[in-house]
Amino acid sequence: MPLKHVIRSAVGRKLFMAATGIILFGFVVAHLLGNLSIYLGPEGINAYARQLHQLGPILWIFRLGLIGAAALHVLFGITLTLESRRARPVAYIRKKHLRSTLAGRTMIYSGLILATFIVFHLLHFTFRAIGPQIEMLDGGVVNVYRMIVDSFRQVGYALAYVVAMVVLFFHISHGFASLFQTMGMNNEVTLPWMGRMSRIIAVILAAGYVSIPALIFLGLVIK
Amino acid sequence: MILDGKCPSGPLANKWDTHRQTLKLVTPANKRKFKIIVVGTGLAGASAAATLGELGYRVEAFCYQDSPRRAHSIAAQGGINAAKNYPNDGDSIYRLFYDTIKGGDFRAREANVYRLAQISNAIIDQCVAQGVPFARDYAGYLENRSFGGAQVSRTFFARGQTGQQLLLGAYQALSCQIAAGSVKAFPRTEMLDLVLVDGQARGITVRDLTTGEIRCHAADAVILATGGYVNVFNLSTNAMGCSVTAAWRAHKKGALFANPCYTQIHPTCIPVSGDHQSKLTLMSESLRNDGRIWVPKKSGDTRLPQDIPETERDYYLERKYPSFGNLAPRDIASRAAKEVCDAGYGVGPGGRGVYLDFGDSIERLGEDAIRARYGNLFEMYERITDENAYRQPMRIYPAPHYSMGGLWVDYNLQSNVDGLFVLGEANFSDHGANRLGASALMQGLADGYFVIPYTIADYLARTTPGTIEDTHEAFRQSRQQVAQQTDRLLSINGRKTASEFHRELGDIMWEQVGMARSATRLTEALKRIPELRDEFWQNVRIPGSAQQLNQELEKAGRIADFLEFGELLARDALNREESCGGHFRVEHQTPDGEALRNDADFAYVAAWQYKGADQTPVLHKEPLTFENIELAVRSYK
Amino acid sequence: MDLTLHVWRQKGPKDKGRLTTYKATDISSDMSFLEMLDVVNEGLIKQGIEPIAFDHDCREGICGTCSQVINGDPHGPQARTTVCQLHMRQFKDGDEIYIEPWRSRAFPVIRDLVVDRSAMDRLMQAGGFVSVKTGGVPDANTILIPKDDAETAMDAAECIGCGACVAACPNGSAMLFVASKVGQLAKLPQGRAEAARRVCTMTDAMLEEGFGNCSNHYDCEAACPKGISVKFIAQLNREYFMALPKGHKEKN
Ligand SMILES: Cc1cc2nc3c(=O)[nH]c(=O)nc-3n(C[C@H](O)[C@H](O)[C@H](O)COP(=O)(O)OP(=O)(O)OC[C@H]3O[C@@H](n4cnc5c(N)ncnc54)[C@H](O)[C@@H]3O)c2cc1C
Ligand code: HEM
Ligand code: SF4
Ligand code: FES
Repeated sequence: MPLKHVIRSAVGRKLFMAATGIILFGFVVAHLLGNLSIYLGPEGINAYARQLHQLGPILWIFRLGLIGAAALHVLFGITLTLESRRARPVAYIRKKHLRSTLAGRTMIYSGLILATFIVFHLLHFTFRAIGPQIEMLDGGVVNVYRMIVDSFRQVGYALAYVVAMVVLFFHISHGFASLFQTMGMNNEVTLPWMGRMSRIIAVILAAGYVSIPALIFLGLVIK
Repeated sequence: MILDGKCPSGPLANKWDTHRQTLKLVTPANKRKFKIIVVGTGLAGASAAATLGELGYRVEAFCYQDSPRRAHSIAAQGGINAAKNYPNDGDSIYRLFYDTIKGGDFRAREANVYRLAQISNAIIDQCVAQGVPFARDYAGYLENRSFGGAQVSRTFFARGQTGQQLLLGAYQALSCQIAAGSVKAFPRTEMLDLVLVDGQARGITVRDLTTGEIRCHAADAVILATGGYVNVFNLSTNAMGCSVTAAWRAHKKGALFANPCYTQIHPTCIPVSGDHQSKLTLMSESLRNDGRIWVPKKSGDTRLPQDIPETERDYYLERKYPSFGNLAPRDIASRAAKEVCDAGYGVGPGGRGVYLDFGDSIERLGEDAIRARYGNLFEMYERITDENAYRQPMRIYPAPHYSMGGLWVDYNLQSNVDGLFVLGEANFSDHGANRLGASALMQGLADGYFVIPYTIADYLARTTPGTIEDTHEAFRQSRQQVAQQTDRLLSINGRKTASEFHRELGDIMWEQVGMARSATRLTEALKRIPELRDEFWQNVRIPGSAQQLNQELEKAGRIADFLEFGELLARDALNREESCGGHFRVEHQTPDGEALRNDADFAYVAAWQYKGADQTPVLHKEPLTFENIELAVRSYK
Repeated sequence: MDLTLHVWRQKGPKDKGRLTTYKATDISSDMSFLEMLDVVNEGLIKQGIEPIAFDHDCREGICGTCSQVINGDPHGPQARTTVCQLHMRQFKDGDEIYIEPWRSRAFPVIRDLVVDRSAMDRLMQAGGFVSVKTGGVPDANTILIPKDDAETAMDAAECIGCGACVAACPNGSAMLFVASKVGQLAKLPQGRAEAARRVCTMTDAMLEEGFGNCSNHYDCEAACPKGISVKFIAQLNREYFMALPKGHKEKN
């Protein structure tokens, strides 16, 4: 089928949403696993950072892939949402939400907040345009450990990351389950527990991410 | 006038085949020059419109609902008959034919019924090809069940929604043709007049129910498939919008109305719960397979059913009909229920109900077995009555259900008006005085898929296409007449609502013209209906205007027609001095209360001709001759 | 019981509508919701007020004509029940009831609670059928259909085309309706030949008619009077995925 049909089709674009969602989700999981190396102390996370950089061109392929996926995800997310909004020009005076969740209905907001956060996050840790003074290690590598710990000692940064990760929880709590449906992988066996499983996974991910700024700020575990 | 049904001669089994050889054809190139109007999108109408569209005619399809898919055929639950003999239990085309004729108490045409039985098998093939999900066994073959007391299992079904699935199949075929441009659909459009030019049906006048516009559509032939008329009783199992209007307006333009007194009252419906009742819900007849019907022996017994001991219960069907018992045919079961209730033994609100008790079956088979068989019905019953039928007996009562009578048609399904064809429940053709369960769906689809495509071609081939435009004088007159009636209804501005008149008419019809009819009661009805009609035209109140969606106006128009038609129904019942099928005259019964047919004097179709408002209609007879079967007495003792 | 109704009244498609309050008195709990409205309407007519227009026909939950959003819930509070089968015992004396029409760009209001659902017919015309013509088909038992497939097809086929799924969906999507037809016909050998084409044309038509997209909220399933499962939406997505390698014929 010609690509333009797939893109014009609502179902086609949803397939893209799901595919890019998987890529983003995969990144979120991998990124968390990497980040957790901070619990191994400075050596751990710095080694992880160094290794990433040694990947060189491969890293860039990944990055471009991610950027492409994110761009498509955002683009289609916005068009799909706009189309759906237009489908109900007159709102109900009374409306019950029978099964839909707040998380599901606010995907576009959680998504846009995440987009903003991603820009902020890149400026912060990747381009290091904002945030506290950076300490360099031998060999011109950044002391990632210090960078993180110094940032999260500040209430503003810690809070921004915690909030963003709560938003991520919302996005994934609907997104993960939704993904299976869009990919056509649901049936009467999976459907009843898909929603719950999605929330559990979202909680695990969000908790993993939140633990870092939270513990650093509170001065626990990571000193 | 002695009517001729134009049944082909020759051996019964060859009639249809040889007849088809003699019918003229329209060449493919010419087909698209012909325009055909199909009023009604039920099984009969949708199947006809789709098939004619496929053949290349230009078709316009009308219905009053907002979508063709909502025609009342959708409500049929039980199933559809066919003589496939898949279960190898002795069925055959001949047996289906014989059962249908006998079930109709020998008041239908042999040739028509035989053709119906012949075609029945092709219907099932067609529906399966369309994707109708009939029930199947584990090997993947179609399943059958026995229905309505038949001795063979010849009923195909799709859960309890057979009518829905068949209609959706036909509707989908119709949708395919609409997409292809051969059929144009006009939903929310009500036919209010038939237009004749030089004695030929040349179009219809309709009201667009959304905008109120009154408009004409011209065509080369008109097909009516507008369903049945039992809403003349007000409360019935039919949908709220079912009416006699299309048929009646055609009747007023000259089409003969045949056997209007043949109405079927279904024994297992949920009883009336109060004055607000707007319709009656049918409970599948299959319930009688496991339920026992009884009333208390003491009249006016107010004890709860479970407190009434076995010895104080009257299982009246088992008592009167020991061999068939609770499975006695519909008309017998219905009449017996009304009799015991009229005698004061009824239960529930107003004493209009009898018990259908599953206690014994639950004890014998267990609640789970009963749940597996009838779970959805018990659920439906509980939703409506708030009673749990596993714990206490159901209450049931008979309700008007089906009209065997209808516009008169010949073997080609053409009425006495040239170019006017009538299909499905709207015609009178195949069920005689009583219809067997699961045979209406069969007839509607037979008419639409497999009969009309052949017979209408024969008519069209004799005419020149497109000779009449809707600018013709006859259309102008018709439009004016329809507009006048609408304005007249709106201008009365009386004190009673249309529904109040419907309720009053329904009371008269049910009490005087219902199940046990007598000359005195019918004469009384013939006096009261015109009085009520006069009052209607002076005292009905319809708010709003004609140029909008106005549901009161629609309703009033339909009730106005019922007020005229009810009189014809009563007159036909009075004329038919015998008891047969759904028509029971108390004067004509055996000493033990069985229906007494009079074949010598009444083996004919009574077709009535309209003679003008408040004029007595003229009766024409089509003699029924039986060359292949012997007339027998129905006995269910 | 006595109730207060807040009913959407709107004279015509182009008029502005608003909620109007009516009292419904002496309502019996045995009445259906529509019978309650009948009683209210009879009262209005006697007062010379135009009655509330609402769609209905079979009143036994099968034709799919009745369509009202009651207190924010399409077809009202009882699960798997159409408005016509909803009974007043679901309400209590003194209840306030909000009654609104189906709301969707694809369903313009005609009057009061009556909306134009012809868009759903057009979805069906876009491919919700098997293009078989009358006659010339094989014997019904020639092609065997496993019982499970026939049953699943029937589960999907139970859809009554009421549009409650659209009314309930936060996106005004008709996905459940479309999926029920795509799912039914894709399960049957007779429908497979056109399965790929059908899923594309029907879902494309959905956008053209102004319905929204499916975001997997499942309000549709909760509102559906026939309990059509959203598993058929998953199946639709699967069918679409499988259709990708195939050609997509332009609609002419
Ligand atoms: C509850 C119930 C259960 C049943 N169960 C069974 C069963 O199990 N088996 C069986 O064989 N039969 C059953 N029947 C009978 C059977 O369903 C009907 O006889 C049959 O479906 C009638 O089909 P039809 O096409 O003739 O008319 P309908 O389906 O009634 O269609 C009539 C059409 O005409 C249109 N129409 C009517 N008047 C006008 C007008 N003035 N202008 C424009 N359009 C108009 C309507 O819009 C509709 O489209 C049942 C009937 C009921 C009520
Ligand atoms: C960490 C980043 C993100 C992850 C892991 C992620 C993941 C997902 C997943 C798995 C889905 C479900 C797809 C489906 O239903 O098939 C989804 C849906 C969605 N995402 Fe994201 N997403 C991310 C970022 C974003 C961003 C930046 C936006 C900004 C617009 C966004 C907007 C949406 C929207 C609107 C939907 C719902 C689409 C719909 O169902 O109509 N997401 N996301
Ligand atoms: S899927 Fe359910 S809610 Fe939607 S139209 Fe069909 S029956 Fe109505
Ligand atoms: S009126 Fe037919 S489903 Fe409600």
